[in-house]
Amino acid sequence: MSLDPATIRRIAKLARLRLADAEIPRLQGELNAILGYVEQLAAVDVTGVEPLSGGAQMALRLRDDVVTDGAMPERILANAPDRIDNFFAVPKVVE
Amino acid sequence: MNPLDWTIAEALDALAARQISAVELTQAHLSAIRALNPRLNAFITETPDLALEQARAADAARAAGSAPSLSGIPLAIKDLFCTEGVRTTAGSKILEPFIPPYDSTVTAQLKAAGAITLGKANLDEFAMGSSNITSAYGPVENPWQRADGKKLTPGGSSGGSAAAVAARIAMGATGTDTGGSIRQPASFTGIAGIKPTYGRCSRFGIVAFASSLDQAGPMARTVQDCAILLETMSGFDPRDSTSAERAVPDFRAACARGVKGLRIGIPAEYRVDGMDPTIEKLWQAGIDWLKSAGAIIVDISLPHTKYGLPVYYIVAPAEASSNLARYDGVRFGARVEGDDLIDLYERTRAAGFGAEVKRRVMIGTYVLSAGYYDAYYLRAQKIRALILRDFQMAFAQTTGVDAILTPTTPSAAFALGEKMDDPVTMYLNDVFTVPASLAGVPAMSIPAGLDPNGLPLGLQVIGRHFDEKTVFAVAGALEAASGFTALPALRGSAVR
Repeated sequence: MSLDPATIRRIAKLARLRLADAEIPRLQGELNAILGYVEQLAAVDVTGVEPLSGGAQMALRLRDDVVTDGAMPERILANAPDRIDNFFAVPKVVE
Repeated sequence: MNPLDWTIAEALDALAARQISAVELTQAHLSAIRALNPRLNAFITETPDLALEQARAADAARAAGSAPSLSGIPLAIKDLFCTEGVRTTAGSKILEPFIPPYDSTVTAQLKAAGAITLGKANLDEFAMGSSNITSAYGPVENPWQRADGKKLTPGGSSGGSAAAVAARIAMGATGTDTGGSIRQPASFTGIAGIKPTYGRCSRFGIVAFASSLDQAGPMARTVQDCAILLETMSGFDPRDSTSAERAVPDFRAACARGVKGLRIGIPAEYRVDGMDPTIEKLWQAGIDWLKSAGAIIVDISLPHTKYGLPVYYIVAPAEASSNLARYDGVRFGARVEGDDLIDLYERTRAAGFGAEVKRRVMIGTYVLSAGYYDAYYLRAQKIRALILRDFQMAFAQTTGVDAILTPTTPSAAFALGEKMDDPVTMYLNDVFTVPASLAGVPAMSIPAGLDPNGLPLGLQVIGRHFDEKTVFAVAGALEAASGFTALPALRGSAVR
């Protein structure tokens, strides 16, 4: 499996990364090297093996469905690049 | 003895005996940082005012007879741990302006125990790297030197933490380990570091890279110091859904327990083709030391070892691409304005992320994308299950081994600029450390010897899930037998 420039552009779009055309050949080479390296996994027999999603040796806990925090807009907005009152501000999305 | 050369255990005794105050100990470290950090670049952000304020509080607490367990011990905090009111960058430009409004659980517990924050330690961007060269704040220099005088990497991603501890400008440090990021830099800088069992330390407030692998742990100059720090860093935290509900054992007591009668596994698959003879010799020395101390050496097989790295380089980028989706230039971090919202996202992320982070986000996005998920991600998760099964069989009760001994890294520290031609060559650094990460078992690196260039090399001890005590016992025995006393050329105690 080898990625072509069109696929690189599509992945970048999905990942919300702006790529300059000049970056594509280098990235294409690097990503194909990584995919070539992981290709060896195709040789492993995984018949009947359940996938392992994590390292935790336990079932995930559920917590009580209650409000545990809130009422701290200043702390939440303190790092916002742009804000209007108690809202995060972004470019207009609805005309 | 120069206080900068003290272990944490020795410093705690000296503080208790009023031979030195926390302010004096902190000032000694701050001046060593001023002298050495311009060269080492181990700290991204120094916090001298905060450190002295904490030191004064520690002295006051001691005077009042209520000094907690780490009162007055100056530490470096990897800049991946959120620290309230202190900038936390994760080594990335995208978090350059980020000042967390809260502390990570690990740093909150260290502060509550009276530890002093000297500053935020440099790291590979978002902990993605094995050499610290991916940091947006410049690489860290290893305080150890080779005859040719080339600047060496301290390893990564916890390279700033490792360099600071080795250079005696911090007594200990926090690190995080996703595929070897505590153990490989510990090995490269001649210090000790443990990645505890997944779930032992809370991940709350640690900038996420690959959540099913990320685990915090201590880095220090002795096995016992790591045990002292880990006791404070670990424990159940309801704010981390994978935090283990288990009591914290007496790790410190385990360090001197000895290895008499313990069964130590030597996995055949770690004897890779073309292995450096120096590494092979060191591994054999470790085997001999443990045998002399009364351990039983057992040849074992971990058949899926060679698939560890390729599994890791699917699973970790997949999780990273998801975790790093939060950096959108809207809620926190840097922003680059755009014509519309999508344009803002794309420009912000293109400007904010470095090359290695972009590569991993791209790979991760691809292996999770429609049509490729089963072939890559799902298959990798199944092979991850086989890797875990290898360890479970090796550690099986009654018939299995109590711990496993391997080298930590395939080589000593390399020069900045070496091994950097392509990403896959760099990834090979983690070949011995990644399998324990995938299985979630505890693993520790201990300095064990020097290579022909006079650079430190580590041995790795891997234990059963939640059996860090045996890991500390084996590491303690290796430390005692190796008699490792070599010192790096650049160190605070050698500054005139």
